[in-house]
Amino acid sequence: MTSPSTTADVVAPKTGSGSDNYLVHDKGFLSWALTLDHKRIGIMYLASVLTAFALGGLFALILRTELLSPGHTIIDHDTYNQMFTLHGAIMVFLVIIPGIPAALGNIALPLQLGAKDVAFPRLNLASYYLWLLGAICMLTSLVMNAADTGWTFYAPYSTTTETAVAPAAMGAFILGFSSIFTGLNFIVTIHKLRPPGMGWFRLPLFIWALYSTALIQVLATPVIGITLLMLTVERLLHIGIFDPALGGDPVLFQHFFWFYSHPAVYIMVVPGFGVIGDLIPVFSRKRIFGYKFIAVSSLAIAFLGFLVWGHHMFVSGQSTLAGSIFSAITFLIAIPTAIKVFNWIATMYKGRIHLDTPMLYALAFLWVFTIGGLTGVFLAVMNVDIHLHDTYFVVAHFHYVMMGGAITALLGGIHYWWPKAFGRMYDEKQGRFGALLVFAGLNITFFPQFIMGSRGMPRRYYNYLPEFQDLHRLSTIGAYMLGLGFLMTAFYLVRSLKSGRPAPANPWGSRTLEWTIPSPPPYYNFHHAPTVTRGPYDDYDTLVYDEKIGGYVEKTPSA
Amino acid sequence: MSDPTPQAEPKSEGSTPRPAAVADAKHAGNGHAQADEHHGHSEHPFLAHHFDTPQQQFEAGKLGIWLFLLTEVLFFAGLFCAYTVYRAIRPEVFVYAHYFLDTRLGAVNTCVLLLSSLTAAWAVRNAQLRQHKHLMVNIVITIACACTFMVVKYFEYSHKVHDGLLWGPNFAPKEQVWELKTFKDKHPEAAEYAEKLAHAAKHAEKAPAGAAAAPAAHGAAAAPDAHGATDEPSEPLPKPTLEQVEPLVAAGLVGEKAESPIGVSRPRNAHVFFSIYFFMTGLHGLHVLIGIGIWIWLLFKAKRGVFGPNYFGPIDYAALYWHLVDLIWIYLFPLLYLIH
Repeated sequence: MTSPSTTADVVAPKTGSGSDNYLVHDKGFLSWALTLDHKRIGIMYLASVLTAFALGGLFALILRTELLSPGHTIIDHDTYNQMFTLHGAIMVFLVIIPGIPAALGNIALPLQLGAKDVAFPRLNLASYYLWLLGAICMLTSLVMNAADTGWTFYAPYSTTTETAVAPAAMGAFILGFSSIFTGLNFIVTIHKLRPPGMGWFRLPLFIWALYSTALIQVLATPVIGITLLMLTVERLLHIGIFDPALGGDPVLFQHFFWFYSHPAVYIMVVPGFGVIGDLIPVFSRKRIFGYKFIAVSSLAIAFLGFLVWGHHMFVSGQSTLAGSIFSAITFLIAIPTAIKVFNWIATMYKGRIHLDTPMLYALAFLWVFTIGGLTGVFLAVMNVDIHLHDTYFVVAHFHYVMMGGAITALLGGIHYWWPKAFGRMYDEKQGRFGALLVFAGLNITFFPQFIMGSRGMPRRYYNYLPEFQDLHRLSTIGAYMLGLGFLMTAFYLVRSLKSGRPAPANPWGSRTLEWTIPSPPPYYNFHHAPTVTRGPYDDYDTLVYDEKIGGYVEKTPSA
Repeated sequence: MSDPTPQAEPKSEGSTPRPAAVADAKHAGNGHAQADEHHGHSEHPFLAHHFDTPQQQFEAGKLGIWLFLLTEVLFFAGLFCAYTVYRAIRPEVFVYAHYFLDTRLGAVNTCVLLLSSLTAAWAVRNAQLRQHKHLMVNIVITIACACTFMVVKYFEYSHKVHDGLLWGPNFAPKEQVWELKTFKDKHPEAAEYAEKLAHAAKHAEKAPAGAAAAPAAHGAAAAPDAHGATDEPSEPLPKPTLEQVEPLVAAGLVGEKAESPIGVSRPRNAHVFFSIYFFMTGLHGLHVLIGIGIWIWLLFKAKRGVFGPNYFGPIDYAALYWHLVDLIWIYLFPLLYLIH
């Protein structure tokens, strides 16, 4: 899918400055606040999501600091409960779920597709403001008396605790609609706005992943919406749907919650697969291996993801038969996931691997996601889960997947599309160092938690036995490293906006459509709808590096 | 309704009045828009910049609205699921509660909504054929029906509030279920028997202490025997017939499911039905209100004469939404009013 050798879009890559692009097309606060341009909305999402990430990360650091020693270290136990609740809720609902689809997806999807915008630009802007409203609700809970239920809002505790659960639940409810509208927008965009020649199997894998994600967003999110609405009404009016004291059924809440929240983990990680699928062939200078399998395995994961929610409830008293079925279907998910990992590795095999920052994040992803995924298979075994349920093993598992999978991919994607979105190159050396710091910090933080969990350290506990102190300390040191890595990353990325070298149109030698237009892209993306004549990962050989502009250009016969 | 995708205007296009105000391309944003002509964007007042043709824009909008309706279905699915679970666990609560509901009002509302769906579908046709007057009339009828629905709902709700039929701790019915006409008509013998049981239980309560005697209905069949023995002011109750007891047990008024082992009471957690009832009909009512808002907006748009063969998307999408609101009611009506 790349450059239509015929269209005027394939100009010799020029340095980004000077020309009319979407960043300078209009000026002033309102030109951003009321923009319908998908790129600007994506940038707004990116800035907001990263701010929320900083807040959620701050809570995480406070939690880890508290756990440096058993008993009281810096905060009391009630505050601790509120901290881990908000850390979870912010990271899940405000950061990871919108992170890749809404921020990177908005920036890259129409460009990769060869479209001028998403199908419903106003709905897109509405999604963003819903996100903002949801974030404000969450912060309201924080200011009033932060919820202490854990991000899962389990009834009956959530229906009876004194803390401000209702604003947090309504925040998640509103964020759900933001997510639904983004997904709806992307599905319609992918169906209806493909330019000539862009068949389904010429879509970049990022778009395939976003498509699968969008299906889950549209099909699963309404269920959490109604659940959180019922929960809020239960708190306000005591309707007795979930509260057993009023005749309600708390296990029904768990079913509803996980019917969304298990698919939701694929909303979080499948877009990450998409990013990695785009990064690996580019930086291996080799055509992707098993394109169709990778593309369709995203759909398979989306489908299977709907059938496994019961594996969160092995100890809730559900029948053994139901548990066995949920367990078996959970094992099946390992297949499409492994297909992806194997194909990425096969893509790298005999490729010319360039260890640029985005590729370092892609490699980090392969490492941590494989560990996260495989430990998921342990937890899918019912009898093993009885032992590991609600221990730090589970915490380590989902942090390896969410943090190691989704956040690593988000960072990889940010570093990959940064030059395109902002027209500036960041400092490559600092980028690589930051990637290493994040990778090391991640493993040092969460690997000890596997060990603690398997030895019986329960999750969410304020206090612990002295024998766990060394591992807790190690984990906290890792968390500080992570914090340092993110700070450093934020620093050099922001600095690049001012003093970075202007980015060429195609700094990485990619073949997807967004790299055929200048960086940053013009306001209308493409002057004419491009005609697509090849796949998204074909013909890397005909791109050559041009020292003068610091990017890749089409090899001309004369050269 | 036939559903042609927009094509070039068939005839007399030039004579169609098109107010300048609507030619603002910004109005086209949402993909809700169609245009009247088939050449460059400047001639398509409703074509957003990122679409190439009115048809592409219409199809995008149509796919969008269908996906939105899918999310609506799943949104309500959670409630239907909760309904199913509670009905499976506590069938007696649903039998008990349904005597309190006014089937006639529910039926009237069903008819009203069905009629409004017809006029909504008709309005789409009118828009496609540029039948300006008919379009306006049909939209007005749709709005009128929707308002009628809400008025009827208002009366139903205020009856419920008046009768104490509310959710959770507020549940305090003013009338006993066996005193209701709906119950008496269906099970005259059972109503009579329940009356006697209640009467006997009242006496037993007043009777001097130590009368470990008055377990009027410990499992309905055993009750009368135990009862007659000690409760002197009332006559001993005869052994009840199946017609007398079965409706009472089914509704959880006596027996294991009842709130109290003494006399006739009501099923435990009876209020859950009304929680679900108010939640489902309330959420549906909210959708009706939103629908009214949309139709009023479209009425103003239609008044300006903007809809025609190439631009009827908004009417089409609103009608689809309206059909779904109608359809949800078609499920709610039997599930909440026609319990047997």
